[in-house]
Formats: sequence, structure tokens, C-alpha cells
Amino acid sequence: MTGWPILSLVTFLPLIGAVFALLLRGEEAVVARNVRTVALLTTSATFLVSLLIWINFDSGTAAFQFVEDHPWLGGTIHYRMGVDGISMLFVILTTFLMPFCILASWDSIGKRVRDYMIAFLLLETLMIGVFCALDLVLFYLFFEGGLIPMFLIIGVWGGARKIYASFKFFLYTLVGSLLMLLAMIAIYIYAGTTSIPELLSGTHFDAGLQKWLWLAFFASFAVKMPMWPVHTWLPDAHVEAPTAGSVILAGVLLKMGGYGFLRFSLPMFPVASDYFAPLVFALSVIAVMYTSLVALMQQDMKKLIAYSSVAHMGFVTLGLFVMNPQGVEGGIFQMLSHGIVSGALFLCVGVVYDRLHTREIDRYGGLVNNMPRYALVFMIFTMASVGLPGTSGFVGEFMVLAGVFQADTVVCALAATGLVLGASYMLWLYRKVIFGELTKDDLKCLLDLSPREKLIFAPLVAVVFWMGIFPGSFLGVMHVSVDNLLHNYDTAIAAHEAVAPAIAEGAHP
Amino acid sequence: MYLTFIVFLPLAAAIIAGFGGRVLGDRGAQLVTCGAVITSAILSIFAFYNVALGHQPEHVVLANWIVSGGFKVDWAIKVDTLTTVMLVVVNGVSCLVHVYSVGYMSHDPHKPRFMAYLSLFTFAMLMLVTADNFVQMFFGWEGVGLASYLLIGFWYKKPSANAAAIKAFLVNRVGDFGFALGIFGIFLVFGALDFATVFAAAPAMAGKSFTFLDHQVDVLNTLTFLLFIGAMGKSAQLGLHTWLPDAMEGPTPVSALIHAATMVTAGVFMVARCSPLFELAPGTLQFVTIIGASTAFFAATIGLVQNDIKRIIAYSTCSQLGYMFFALGVGAYGAGIFHLFTHAFFKALLFLGAGSVIHGMSDEQDIRKMGGLFPYMKVTAILMWIGSLALAGIGIPGIDLGFAGFYSKDIILESAYAAHSSVGFYAFWLGIAAAFMTAFYSGRLLFMTFHGHSRADHDVLHHAHESPQVMLIPLYILATGAVLAGFVFYEFFVGHHYAEFWNGALTVVDENVLEHAHHVPFWVKLLPLVMAVGGLAISWSFYIDNVPKWARLLGLVAALGIVGAGIAQGDGGLILTGVAALVLALVFYFGRTGAPGTLVASNQALYQFLLNKWYFDELYDTLFVRPAKWLGFQLWKKGDGKVIDGYGPDGVTAAIGFVARRARVLQTGYVYHYAFAMLIGVAALVTWYMLHSGGGH
Repeated sequence: MTGWPILSLVTFLPLIGAVFALLLRGEEAVVARNVRTVALLTTSATFLVSLLIWINFDSGTAAFQFVEDHPWLGGTIHYRMGVDGISMLFVILTTFLMPFCILASWDSIGKRVRDYMIAFLLLETLMIGVFCALDLVLFYLFFEGGLIPMFLIIGVWGGARKIYASFKFFLYTLVGSLLMLLAMIAIYIYAGTTSIPELLSGTHFDAGLQKWLWLAFFASFAVKMPMWPVHTWLPDAHVEAPTAGSVILAGVLLKMGGYGFLRFSLPMFPVASDYFAPLVFALSVIAVMYTSLVALMQQDMKKLIAYSSVAHMGFVTLGLFVMNPQGVEGGIFQMLSHGIVSGALFLCVGVVYDRLHTREIDRYGGLVNNMPRYALVFMIFTMASVGLPGTSGFVGEFMVLAGVFQADTVVCALAATGLVLGASYMLWLYRKVIFGELTKDDLKCLLDLSPREKLIFAPLVAVVFWMGIFPGSFLGVMHVSVDNLLHNYDTAIAAHEAVAPAIAEGAHP
Repeated sequence: MYLTFIVFLPLAAAIIAGFGGRVLGDRGAQLVTCGAVITSAILSIFAFYNVALGHQPEHVVLANWIVSGGFKVDWAIKVDTLTTVMLVVVNGVSCLVHVYSVGYMSHDPHKPRFMAYLSLFTFAMLMLVTADNFVQMFFGWEGVGLASYLLIGFWYKKPSANAAAIKAFLVNRVGDFGFALGIFGIFLVFGALDFATVFAAAPAMAGKSFTFLDHQVDVLNTLTFLLFIGAMGKSAQLGLHTWLPDAMEGPTPVSALIHAATMVTAGVFMVARCSPLFELAPGTLQFVTIIGASTAFFAATIGLVQNDIKRIIAYSTCSQLGYMFFALGVGAYGAGIFHLFTHAFFKALLFLGAGSVIHGMSDEQDIRKMGGLFPYMKVTAILMWIGSLALAGIGIPGIDLGFAGFYSKDIILESAYAAHSSVGFYAFWLGIAAAFMTAFYSGRLLFMTFHGHSRADHDVLHHAHESPQVMLIPLYILATGAVLAGFVFYEFFVGHHYAEFWNGALTVVDENVLEHAHHVPFWVKLLPLVMAVGGLAISWSFYIDNVPKWARLLGLVAALGIVGAGIAQGDGGLILTGVAALVLALVFYFGRTGAPGTLVASNQALYQFLLNKWYFDELYDTLFVRPAKWLGFQLWKKGDGKVIDGYGPDGVTAAIGFVARRARVLQTGYVYHYAFAMLIGVAALVTWYMLHSGGGH
């Protein structure tokens, strides 16, 4: 298995599909049909191959696995790929969600189908690459490159205010990525390597530099997450993006911020992470309470779910920065769960949007009368979103809060208000859309889930329950890697604290 | 093995009926769910026999659930005496309600969905009571909340039902917020979440303190307080009770099963289960006593003036739960659970009886539009009388013979008296007052519904009918329990067989208050009965015209008899009881049907206060709901809109309007812009790098 470049295969398989799609010739309708099939087959095949990574993954070691390492760009910069217990499941999450995105776009995308599918396939390559890359430059290329197809997806296939949305996205990201690039170059200067495994082994930067680097990375990851107060691009981007774009945005792109914290900020700049943790806590708690309250007042279904994403990501950042096993594993689990659940919620919105072409909550009501299956599916994901035990949403949220409680009870109590607020806006949304009398004429002719839609939702429902009832299949993979992360972190902090007083003493006399 | 079946049969039935409803048809879904829950109920009795009477506790670990560092919880089935009592109550009432629903919901188009929800609820409740750790208990806890939400909102076309469903879920979530914090605290303090480890380590933590919310506080008092917040939400105690009356929007079988017999008692169960912790937290126990007693009193006052037959019983439930809690608070865990057990019978009986009335009266629920129904539904009326007598706690103190509620309510009041503490006396006297009100509103309900003149529409009365056998048979069984459950099980729950029956499932650290409860003065046992009989008698004279003269005189004679006995024995307490009896007897003697109207007219403010449920809903709306909405709107429009976007992206856009205009022209030009931006970044970095290395060397 080791001799076989499976990570590269999974990463670039979608690109091969994209090239294939590019080569299709014929009438437009025929091409569109064939392109859809090609995209679906490619993403499905990618998912199946990616499962081999999981099957062959050795959860007994914290080292990177399936490593590929080839010199590239003049010796220093390598093409390095590999996964560990932290990144592996994000790869699976990405490949798992992609076929549903293609299926969700089957009928709803009518114009420039080929371009659309190519953009998605390209996006998949870049997203998988982010989670596999073990070299700073390679990571940066994947990380920033992924934005280009996303810009296109929002900008070309988006809604009425797509220009505004993509421009906002652009501005926010620009600041973040510039600073991150600066920091990466600084890392190269000081550490003399761009290899992530090397950077992870031991501390390379003194405390002062760590803080600057940490802030630079933070700018990028906080925008991606998104954390309060740099979250306002997300509701607009979600509202304007086509359904599948929202799924990927919420499901995978937001997770890159959290992954960045885990891969760079926490292990490479532990002293700075420790130093800035109160800042992260403050921003996260504000995110949970502030965006939950804002979500309560939304009139647009997608905006509501977008704001709820910010609140859920607040839990993730809390968990990651408390740096204990429950917090970190809970944070990772919450990201995986949120990827499935919010993706599914956007798909739920897509179902009715495809039928009525509006996302305004007031335009709906009483759908349970003629769409009982849809009502059931929507209920399951609503409950997963509010963190009902037995669904995936519970496990992550509960573990994070249990972890946070150990670090700071005030932060935990404030964040736990999200339990109440989250239930308020989700149940309100559900009631407005699903329950009540069916009075509006244009709603009466809506049909329940089509076979294609059932095919989309059935696996997602299954995964939500699987993650909620037997989370061990996912947590087991990450234990060793997380323990290793925590161990190195604690060692670095201890070493710093041992050195710091010595310096202070040395300075005085 | 059979224990696994008890828990999972209802789940299987819920899945089959819920998803296969269209294939199975109505009858099929009913058969599957009823069959499964009846089987569970029979197995539960078997478990009760084995575990509680045979003293063989069981513990089965099914699978690991969450493992992360020291955070380790399993899916498990732990069955001790406390659990088997709950198994019998839950599955017993559930199977009767399932059968009853076949009749009650016969005109509803969504029978399979209803039956599936009921079975799902049963499963969640069973997971709650069989948990061996706090997190599985929380799973069941929230699971029953979900089922309750679905069933309250079962008639989803009614806006009031939807609002009530959401309210129930959210108010419970407020309680769960406390419960969850309590669980996190337990994990922090004990490093474990399974009952066995935590309870074993609890004594070592007594008197220790830790930092919570920046304050140095007592460990066990704080943790149990947080847990109790959860219990207050689930069991509708003062402050977090507002959802329960509204929950009556659900179909009546739901009210009987969830909002009377089982789910709302989960809080009582939880406190009893955690008795090893609560026993070491005297502060929390006092708080529990005060909240319980206050709820018992407060809910009863509201029950006096309600006109909806189900709401009266709902407030009664709230009040009775208060009794259970102050029993726990004074350390009489066995008494609290005993009342939970007997209450399940007679309160389910009352609700299902009310359902039978509603069913027979074409969905009318207002008792002002009833009256004189006895001839139309004799069986229902007699069964409701039995339930009400049990609720009022009618029995004969001297020879200890009475309805179920007589045994359980009296032992609670006796325990509160025997506790000899200030909170104990507070609970005792409020409990006595509530006992009077309980009897009064029960009598009011019975007389206004079944006796006197009919105030019903002619049409409705014309169609008034007795319910079918499928609805009455469950009532017969419950009525049997309401009569016998106290007499049969008294010695086990709170009497001579206490120790061997409970077999360590309940922990009492100091002397067992129940020991003393059996040796209280006679007047303490007599006073509740005086209150109960007085309440019933007064309601009789208030709501029925032709109360015979001899009955009025009999009341006076009996009261004077007690006073006389008191004087003869020189017993101050007995004289006091006699005086109270005399006051009640005088009210009874002079009471006439015009009296309630006069009372209302002369105490309009008090009447409105009670009718509007002490204005709790209005208070919460002003304090929480509106500010939250206002704040949400402000944060959205001002925070996100004006401040963040205004100074952030929009401000920048305005500043570089030129770029923005260009951008609007080039639809897909962002790629280039972006690439351009990246290039700028690279250029800036290279510059910086050169400057830096230049300065460094």
C-alpha cells in the first residue's frame, strides 16, 4: 500500500474527470447530460478510492501516513503529501460530500453546465490537496487556489447580489491570505524549511516571533472559520451561492480554518496560542451568542443557517484552544458533524428553492401536509443542528463544552447558552416552513422528495445517526494524533515557562 | 437479555410503524406498537419481580458510546429497584395509553405517526431510566423532550399547538443548560461520568470547594444545584413550569402518558438516582424542599380557577410533582418515589377519563359547558371519582385503609413534619394548604362536569356518549391501581421492607427520616384527611344546589368531635386540627352555589392573578423573549450592518470605488483580481525579505 501514491490519486482524480469533461463534444444538451454523468462518476470513484485511505489507516501512530515526497521547485520546496489522524477524516468528508453536490446540481443548474462541473471538480482537487499537503508552499497553493473556483461558482451561478457577495468574500480573504503568505515566508527564513513535518518537530521560533506569526495565520484562518467579527461575508456568500456551492462552503471550506489552527497555529506556535487563547475564547463566545441572536431575526432561510454556522464554528474554536482531549477531539468532531449537518440543511433549503425559487421564510408554511418525507428529513437535520443526543451534533458540542468547562467555567456557561438559542432559531425556522395550515396556493402543488433527492438524503441521515450513536469510529482515528499534539503543546509551554523566569532573572543583575 | 428487549422493542415498533405506516396500514401500526409495548410491560413486571423482589440488580453494557481521554461513557442497561419501579410505571402506563389511543384517535388521519411517536417516547424514557451514566441519562432526557415536542405539536395545523411545542422544548432546554453544566462539573470534579464511580467518590468530596464562575463554592452543593435546574425544567417546577399547562395542546393520551405519569417525573427520578450526591449537599436539599413546597402550593392555587378540564389536571400534576420534590428534599426518597408510583396510576386515570369525557362531548374541554353528564357516561364518571378520591388522598388514618394517594401523600407530609427543620415545616404547612386546594379543585371538576344541571349545547349533549371498551379497559386497570397500589406497596416503598426492597438503590446518609415519619403525632396524620374531606365537601356545596341538610350537619358534628377529642386528650395539635375542621365545616354548612361568584366579585384582583397564572408568561415575555428579539435585530442591523460591514468591506469598497466599478464591469474578472492580489502579496514579501536580510547581515 505504501508504495502506491494513493493521496495523489485521490487528490487528482477529480482533475482527470475535469479534463475528460473538457474534451466532451457534441450538442449542448448532450454535453450537459454527459458532463453530469462524468462528474458524478468521478466524484463517486474518488470517494470510493478515498475509503481505502481510511481502511488502511493505522490509528496507532501519530506519524504522517501514505507519505509522498518529491523534490519540486528547486530542491527546497517539495511536493509532500501525507495524512494523520487529524487530517484524514477531512479528506473523507470532502470526498463524501462531493457526489451529493453534483446530484443536487443535476436539474437546478441549466446554464454553462460543463463549466460548472469543471469548477466543482477542480475545487475538489484543491480541497483535498489542502488536507493532504505537507509543504507550506503546496498548502498555500491549494488553500488559496480553492477560492478561485468558489469565486466563480458564486459569481457566475449565484443569485441576485452575487457581485456584492463575491466582492465581500474577496476583500476579507485578501487581507487574510496576504498576512499568511508573509508569515510563511518568515517561517522559511527562520526555520530554513517549508516542510510541515519538520516544522512540527520541536519548536523553531522564539516567543516574540511566534506571536507575530500566530496573528498572521490567525487573520487568514479566522476569516475562513469564520470567527466574529470577520464573519459578515459568510451570510452573503451563502445566500448568493447555488445550493451545492453552499454545501461545499459550509461543509468543507469553513473547516479549512479549523484545520489550519490544528496544523499550524497550535503545534507550531504553542506559546503564542497559549498567550492568545483568551482572545479566541472571547471571540468565540461572542460568536455563539451574537450570531445566535442575529439568526433568530432572519427572514431568509439560507442566512439563518449561515449565521448558525458561525455560532457552531464558535464552539469549534473554543474546543481547539482549550487544548485538552475533549476540547480538541470535540472540536474536530464538531467540524465533521457540522460539515454533514449544515451541508444537509442547505440541501434541504435547495429542495424547496428548486421548487419555488425563493428562500424567504414567510413564503412557506404547512409543507408537512404535502411533503411529509421532506418534513421528516428536515426534522432530523434540524435536531442534529440543535445537538440532540443520538445525532452527530450532540457529540461534538457536548465534548467541546465538557472540555471548556475544565479550562474556564464562565466561558463554558456563556457558550452553553447556545444550547437554548440554537434550539430557538432552528425550531422557529422549522415551524414557519413545515408546520401550520397549507394556505398558500403555489405551495399546494409542490411534490415530495423525488427519487434523486431521496438518494441524496438517505446516506446523510445514516451518517448523522452513525456519528451520533457510534462516534467511536471517528474518534478512534484521531486519539493518537490529538494526544501527540497535546503532548508536544504541553511540553513546549512547560519549556517556555521554565525558560522565561530564567531570562527575567538573568536580565536583572 | 430480556432487559434489552424491554428497552428496544418500543424503538423497533416506532421505526416499523413510523416508516412502514403506509404499508402496514392503521391497524397494522397499532398492532405492532401496542404489541411491542405490552410485551415490554409484561417483561418489566418480570424484571420487577426478579430485581426488586428477588434482589438481583442487573447491569449490561451494550457498547462504548463516547471515549475521549478520561471522558468515557457507554450505552448500558442498569437495572436496580429504582429502575424497575420506573420500568413498571413507564411501560405499564405506556401500554395502557397505547391501547386507549386506538380508540381515542380513531377519527385521526395520522394514526401510524401517532403510535410511532408514543413508542419512540417510551424508548427514550426507558433509556433515561436504565442509564448507568449521566450522559446516557441526558440522551433519554432530551429524547423524551423531542417526543414531547413532536406529540404536543401533533396537530401541526393548530398554531397554538406549534407554539406550545416549541415552548416546551425551549423551557426544557433552559433546564438542560443547567443539567449539562452539572454533568461537565461532575466530569471536572470526579473525572468520570458513570454513576458507580461518581457515587463511590462522592463522600470524599463532601465539604470540598472549587472555582465555579469565578467564585469559590462548595462542590456538591453546586453540582447538585445544577442538576436540579434540569429536574426543574423537566418536572415543571416553579419558574420553569410554564410549558406544562400549554402542553395540554397535545392529544389527551399524550397528556396522560408524558405530562402526568412518566416524563415529568423524570426530574424526581433523577434526584432519587443521584441521592448519593444530594444527600451530601444540604444546601441543595433545602432548595429542593422550598421549590417543591412552593410549587405544590402555587400550582394548586391556579388549579382552583381554571376552566379547561385538562388544564386543571395539568396544574394538579405540577402541584403533585412539588410534593414529590419536597419529599426528596427532606430526605424521604422512598416517599417521593412512592408518590411518583401511585400518582402515575391516578393521574393517568384522571387524564384518560378527561379524554373519555372530551371524546364523548365532541371535543369540548370547558367544564363551564358541561354539567350533569353522569347519566350519559356513568362508567367514566365513576372512574374519575375514583381517580379524584385517590388524588385527594382519601382514607382512614386510624386503620390505614384508603386510596393510593392517601398512603403516598400522607407519608410525604409526615416526613416533612418529622424532618424537624424550618424548611420541613414550611413544606408541611404549604403541603397541608395544597391538600385542601387539591380536594377542592378535584371536587369542582367532578361536580361541574358530571353533576348538577347541564350547561352543554343541546347538540353536543344529544351526541354525548360513553366511550368504547378499548378506551375503558385501560381505565379499569388504572382504577384498580389507584385503589390498591398504596395499600399493597406501602411496606415495600416506605415501610418495613424498605431496606431489602430498595437494596441500596437509594442512599440516606443521616438517620432515615422515614423512620421518624411513622411515629408522628396522630393529628399530623389526621389533618391532611380533614383538608381533603373539607375541600371536597365545600366544592360540593359551592357547585351543587341540593346538598342535603343532614350532610351539612354531619360535617359540623364531625369537626366538633375532633375538637372534643383534642380537649379530652389535652392534645394541642388535635385541637388545632379540630378548629381547622370546624372552619371548613362552617364554610360547608353555609356554602351555596352563588358563593364562587361572590368570592370572585369581591376579590377580582386575586382572581385575575390566579386566572392569569401569576403572570409568569407575561413576565418571561418581557424579561427574555422581547429583549432577545430586540437585541438580535440590533446586532444584525447595527452590529453586522453598520459597524462591521460599514467600516469593513463596504467602507473599503466605498473608499476604492474605482476598483469596485471596474469589478462590476468584469463579471468573472475576480480570478485576475485575485491573482493580481496574490502577486502584490508576493512582491510585498519579497521586498520585506530583501529589506530584512539586508538589515540582518
